[in-house]
Amino acid sequence: MPTMHARRYATNAVMTTLTAACAFLAVAVLVSILGYIAYRGIGAISLQFLIETPKPVGEGGGIGNAILGTLILLGMACVVGMPFGIATGIYLAEYGAGRFASLVRFLTDTLTGIPSILVGVFVYTIIVVPMKQFSALAGGFALAMIMIPIVARTTEEMIRLVPASLREGALALGAPQWRVTTGVVLPAAASGIVTGAMLAVARVSGETAPLLFTAFGSRFFNVYLDQPMASLTVQIYNYAISPYDEWHAQAWAATLILMTLILVINITVRFFTRRKI
Amino acid sequence: MNNPPPTLPTPAAAYGAQARAWNWRRALSPTGNTGDAVFRAVLFGCALVVLLLVGAMIAAMAANSRLSLREFGFGFLTSSEWNPVTGRFGALPFIYGTVVSSLLALLISVPLSLGVAVFLVEQAPRRLSRPITFLVELLAAIPSVVYGLWGIFVLAPLLRQYVEPPLQKWFGWMPFFQGPITGIGLFTGGIILAIMITPIISAVVRDVLAAVPVTQREAALALGATRWETTRVVLANGGPGIAGAIILGLGRAIGETMAVTMVIGNRAQISASLFEPSYTIASVIANEFTEATEAIYLSALVELGLILFLVTFIINAAARLLVWSVTRATSGTARA
Amino acid sequence: MIEPRAGEQPAGQARTTTAQAKVSVRDLNFFYGATQALFNISLQIAERRVMAFIGPSGCGKSTFLRTLNRMNDTIPGTRATGEVLLDGEDTYAPGLNVVNLRRRVGMVFQKSNPFPKSIFDNVAYGLRINRLTTNKTELQDRVQQALEDAAIWPEVKDRLKTSALGLSGGQQQRLCIARALAVRPEVLLMDEPASALDPIATQKIEELIVELKRQYTIVIVTHNMQQAARVSDVTAFFWLGKLVEVNATEKMFTNPNEKLTEDYITGRFG
Repeated sequence: MPTMHARRYATNAVMTTLTAACAFLAVAVLVSILGYIAYRGIGAISLQFLIETPKPVGEGGGIGNAILGTLILLGMACVVGMPFGIATGIYLAEYGAGRFASLVRFLTDTLTGIPSILVGVFVYTIIVVPMKQFSALAGGFALAMIMIPIVARTTEEMIRLVPASLREGALALGAPQWRVTTGVVLPAAASGIVTGAMLAVARVSGETAPLLFTAFGSRFFNVYLDQPMASLTVQIYNYAISPYDEWHAQAWAATLILMTLILVINITVRFFTRRKI
Repeated sequence: MNNPPPTLPTPAAAYGAQARAWNWRRALSPTGNTGDAVFRAVLFGCALVVLLLVGAMIAAMAANSRLSLREFGFGFLTSSEWNPVTGRFGALPFIYGTVVSSLLALLISVPLSLGVAVFLVEQAPRRLSRPITFLVELLAAIPSVVYGLWGIFVLAPLLRQYVEPPLQKWFGWMPFFQGPITGIGLFTGGIILAIMITPIISAVVRDVLAAVPVTQREAALALGATRWETTRVVLANGGPGIAGAIILGLGRAIGETMAVTMVIGNRAQISASLFEPSYTIASVIANEFTEATEAIYLSALVELGLILFLVTFIINAAARLLVWSVTRATSGTARA
Repeated sequence: MIEPRAGEQPAGQARTTTAQAKVSVRDLNFFYGATQALFNISLQIAERRVMAFIGPSGCGKSTFLRTLNRMNDTIPGTRATGEVLLDGEDTYAPGLNVVNLRRRVGMVFQKSNPFPKSIFDNVAYGLRINRLTTNKTELQDRVQQALEDAAIWPEVKDRLKTSALGLSGGQQQRLCIARALAVRPEVLLMDEPASALDPIATQKIEELIVELKRQYTIVIVTHNMQQAARVSDVTAFFWLGKLVEVNATEKMFTNPNEKLTEDYITGRFG
């Protein structure tokens, strides 16, 4: 019996080892990427770097305007994208049984898989061309478009987790549907919706492609929404493909800043959801 | 679109089904409450905006690629000439670069992702699978441009020095591994894509495997199946869902822009060698969109965008339907 | 024949006295994490008999059944102490081949769980993975034999290549029994095999069990006392994780030794 099945057990052992190796490899890649970013980035970070604008090679310079630009763009994306995303999510959860809702649900799911560069192309044709210039407005709108489907679907899922008994309890007291939704269901789902929104912000903060021909980039501090605006990601891209070592070092440092933002959001979300459930 | 995911009809929706006769008030508010009518109308408007955005995307790209569509017709897909100076544009090199880099990515990523998912769902003890799941998910949180930076300065030199020379030495008789070794080209592009889509594929496969009922595992185990043999039963159960996950990964690879642009070399050519520079649809749009001053040039780029949109749209739609079919079917039997 | 409270005997003596017992359990304790689910269970299961486990929900009868083929191993955080001897060999001994144990101790589950394959492939599965047949004809013969033993052959013989998921609930369950029988286990564990079935399908399963005991040692968990009375030779009554009484089924249902058993059987609780 043992010899007859030796091969089966050997296969079993080999496959178990292989799958573990796959998981280990994926984690190793993550650790090496993050580790290398920290290693290359820390050296180039200084106060000047964080508050100055870019300067020609050899003169130092910083990413202050890019940090500000990213924050403004993210702020605009939230202002435009969150209400639409959350409202769509509520619609799908509360009135989501019909044909129209199925279509919307299907399109939001599909929209999350559409290459983000195409959002840039689209926004270019509808905002940049009529305005005849690149602008922060266009960049913020592009990011909002990426945000909407993500926020909509997480909101829908979170609302569906609210127990029906809670809803029925309020309805049975004679409350109209909209009061039940806004007063009972939404507060119950709030932490989940916030979690989803934060993840959407993290995801969008790393977007580069949709900004290339919308917000475009700028070497100056800018707070005007009708002007081109710098962002961390576009700055990283421009520095990375430049031929200068100094700019490469700055690209790593800017990446460290960006990754810190993204990791903090992800780990915070993780921490909160772990505590909740 | 005729395949909604599992939904529990909400009270409001259940009313809606009865109110068939068209009456805007009833249609908006089955409860007959004016506040409800307004509330629902606002939400409906927002959902409608999402729908219109997709429509507007298609319309805008179709309108802006009209010039190129009229000029080149179907020849656009089969021509490999890309010359802004003469104004002749063909998409073939970009289609080739996109397809080959994506297939290469799948070739590497599919076994890897399945391995990760199987390990996390079927084999790892809980205290190990939780943190690893989180770490693999973090891979998906790294922005594309950061992968590109890492690709240029870490991955490409690594491949140039330690991977590509031995490949050429052993498999140099195959056309795929001939030519000068630079570390920048299709091969590096494919690998970076593989890394980027692994967390996406493995996350979906994980959900699919987790949706396979425990009773299937117990049935196999009770017949004297080893752990791996049991896993094979589970994988067979999740077949369509796994296919969906792979297609989803393919869609992501096809549309991935920044990281690929930074390592693939950006040269519009068709070469059998994976070590040669290439160009993808997304990359050429990213690189040349702001340079395109001629109307026909811009139009050709937008047409590339339209092609990319339609392809990724179809791929994503197919993937969603496949994944839904599995997660819904299994949750359906679980409820029965 | 049955010694429910044989707990204090030394191991050697136990082994001699259980020569005819197929399965012999001694001082079994079982834990889900910190919660103890089974307390000092000792019992012997005779070869080619049907033993039924009865008791209220949550009394540990299913948990106990699943210790007999170590199916509980698949649940994280569980732990068992004590001995479960199959033909005198401790199935909880370190280094024991659990895969092989499960081939020898087959199991049928509460809810039918056919694989999403054809009827034929379902029954052939265990034969194939365990390399129990050497050629195609033998495989076909064994599959047919198993389907005949499970009394489902006439219903499926013309549609062996069609999906098992197209069968009715009762047919699916008998298919699962056929699948378990195909590898010719020495013991067959049945965890409430008829609880999800209609009365006619249930009757077929019960007739099948009586038929099968000519070849197999069968242990069946049931929440239905009439079913236990109809199909089993020996009945064991569990209550709150403890084995209260083991007795010949006839005696158990007419004149049980324990007051607790009598209360349960006469419906005074649970």
